[in-house]
Amino acid sequence: MATKTVSLEIKRQASPDAPSVWERFELPWRPGMNVISVMMEIAANPVTADGVDTTPITYDSNCLEEICGSCAMRINGKARMACSALVDNLEQPIKVEPLSKFPLVRDLQVDRSVLFENLKAVKAWVPIDGTYDLGSGPRVFPQQQEINYPLSNCISCCCCMEVCPQFDDATGFVGAATIAQVKLFNDHPTGKVLKEERLRALAGDGGIQECGFAQNCVQVCPKGIPLTNAISDISRDVLVQKAKDFLRG
Amino acid sequence: MAAPRIIVIGGGLAGLAAVIKIAEAGGTVDLFSIVPVKRSHSVCAQGGINAAKDLKGEGDSTDKHFDDTIYGGDFLANQTPVKAMCEAAPGIIDLLDRMGVPFNRTPEGLLDFRRFGGTLYQRTAFAGATTGQQLLYALDEQVRRHESEGKVRKFEGWEFLSAVIDSKGVARGITALDLRTMELRSFAADAIILATGGNGALFGKSTNSVVCTGSADSAIFQQGAYYANGEFIQVHPTCIPGEDKLRLMSESARGEGGRVWVPRTAGEKRPIKQIPESDRWYFLEEWYPKYGNLVPRDVATRAIHKVVYEYGLGIDGQPMVYLDLTHIDRATLNRKLEGILEIYEKFVGDDPRDVPMKIFPGMHYTMGGLWVDFNQMTNIPGIFAAGECEYQYHGANRLGANSLVSCIFGGFISGPNALKYAKNIAAQEGDGGHAAEIARQAEINAKLLKNEGTENPFKLWRELGQTMTEHVTVIRYNKGLKQADEKVVELLDRYKKVNLSDRSQWANTSFAFARQLKNMLELSRTVALGALLRDESRGAHYKPDFPDRDDEKFLKTTKASFTGSPEGPRFEYEEVDTQFIKPRPRSYTAAK
Repeated sequence: MATKTVSLEIKRQASPDAPSVWERFELPWRPGMNVISVMMEIAANPVTADGVDTTPITYDSNCLEEICGSCAMRINGKARMACSALVDNLEQPIKVEPLSKFPLVRDLQVDRSVLFENLKAVKAWVPIDGTYDLGSGPRVFPQQQEINYPLSNCISCCCCMEVCPQFDDATGFVGAATIAQVKLFNDHPTGKVLKEERLRALAGDGGIQECGFAQNCVQVCPKGIPLTNAISDISRDVLVQKAKDFLRG
Repeated sequence: MAAPRIIVIGGGLAGLAAVIKIAEAGGTVDLFSIVPVKRSHSVCAQGGINAAKDLKGEGDSTDKHFDDTIYGGDFLANQTPVKAMCEAAPGIIDLLDRMGVPFNRTPEGLLDFRRFGGTLYQRTAFAGATTGQQLLYALDEQVRRHESEGKVRKFEGWEFLSAVIDSKGVARGITALDLRTMELRSFAADAIILATGGNGALFGKSTNSVVCTGSADSAIFQQGAYYANGEFIQVHPTCIPGEDKLRLMSESARGEGGRVWVPRTAGEKRPIKQIPESDRWYFLEEWYPKYGNLVPRDVATRAIHKVVYEYGLGIDGQPMVYLDLTHIDRATLNRKLEGILEIYEKFVGDDPRDVPMKIFPGMHYTMGGLWVDFNQMTNIPGIFAAGECEYQYHGANRLGANSLVSCIFGGFISGPNALKYAKNIAAQEGDGGHAAEIARQAEINAKLLKNEGTENPFKLWRELGQTMTEHVTVIRYNKGLKQADEKVVELLDRYKKVNLSDRSQWANTSFAFARQLKNMLELSRTVALGALLRDESRGAHYKPDFPDRDDEKFLKTTKASFTGSPEGPRFEYEEVDTQFIKPRPRSYTAAK
């Protein structure tokens, strides 16, 4: 009986300036395999399907539970987390590529620090007075918590930015993830003290106006965050803010 | 004198908590992390965070939290720091709430609490089933704010390699490796805080994240720091077995009413739903009527082990039991547990709202760690430790939902203490040892890169994981522990022949891993030999040949120090601070 195997094609690139090449791998199948476990297997036995020695694949990963946001990559053309990509649910050969819209580091590893810079620019935090004991927090009703919680589930994987037609160097668009965080903090009883600053940060070039409402973001988000709703709400708030600022001169 | 410079290594809850306290006190911090700090392992904590706020009118108190923690840890934890943690916990919850953590709420808009293992009170605040993620984000946001104000510099994508220690034995900085450019550098500091998490990777597959190798702890240990209670490893009773890792099924599943059972007869063929109640064995509820499914983790783990291996009642003959939530309505499950149920659905493919989950115990938490004093400082002056990488708060077994509070509390204690220490140290002589340490590290790196041999580091690691899991987890025999140590010694020898299939100098993950592996091997000996020497059963450490707790001999903290000799680490024992609660037998068959 022939043993069942898994076949993959992985796009490799040794450095940002090196040419990219596709390598083919063929491994024994086991139940419950995901793309990460396949790459772990390759690290332990770095040989291509053609029997050529190669190097373990460089990729970001950490929790392997789709909660740290590290292992985003393109698998069979779709931006997704590699840890939750079960081999049995994927057409073979499984094609694995790095995200295409972020500076490539090596193989499947890219530099997504732009998102963290964006979060700084929109002041995505609650400006508390200090960490000393100041008593309990503001009262929040369950209905509001149920709106905030999904937004707070964003794992910064950047899949929404990868699939956004507007997200590129030309527009400098911040992307859906950052906009959803603006909504989260603008809705917080204390966080809203910075509401105007956040809206102004989204008012210029690269701000919310760049959104073409393609809705790819909400479809690809692994955490099911209501990104387009957040964009609509914040779009409106930015317009109102612009009008206010205009009238104030 | 110039403003003190503090280095924090690790950007999980403990590290970020320390950073915030230092920045707030006017200090400046360099924060090092292998991964962007927002991706740290703290995000994996699911169920919640303990604090006796008594918002359910049950008469809970910080004293009761203290007693539950000490009792749950089988009296091995020093009581002074645990007492302080339990007293600080309600204030920590309030602070997190003010930072915007979306905790679940009561209809009145107050914090909601649930019950967790090892207590009879609803003491656990939670944000859905992703509490760790929500807490980490709150601290990450505050650190980002301090970063944008210039008080914090982040070095993400840098791996800590060693401390720089001067001729008087005082820490003066660190060496670290840029994981992208592979540049080796030293960084000066007046104090260092290690907040580098647990060591799940010693056991191969665990619930821990990829970065939880214990490598940083081990490096410091090999430089002279004591490692304490290394033999105490928490095996979580309910994990989802996987090819790449074991995924946690949170205790909150049982906190919300999940029931653990197996069919009463081996080889049960009926579909699950056709198995009547009378043919299901809810063994935890039968054996522990008072705590039921919410006995502490070590107790639940051994019970599952027993049912599978002694009674032969694992599902379909496999090492698995049911964790059943199907009797709870979908809306409730979605509101309270959606995050963890999604994990199961995503990684197994079944919907746990319809079908009972199949689970088995797996390595989860490192109770032991770097020895620290009550100020969180190790025995190396200037090196502090906080969070899972130190040993202080959980004794022989950690209670569910105590990890998040211990990490934040440890961070809050270590930050100001590091700053205070740094303000008062004498100026270093010469370069403080930087040049020598850089040279030592450069030599290790050069040797590893050009090493000729036949051993693949990832394969060696698998062998390590197999032997540690087999001999050094749920049930321990001295014979097996000796075998495990012999195996680790063999692996250390074979490590000398390690061959990197990648010798490049750009984002070389094999290189970084091989360096970690050496440290993992050294630390594994400490864990296995510590267990070998402790001839008793206490908390998570269970030896059938020594089934009872032996307070006379072993109500003591194990302190290991590195010798570099083939015999392995040297062990000594330290009295435990039991000044508040007198040790008493630990049993969960009735209310204590």
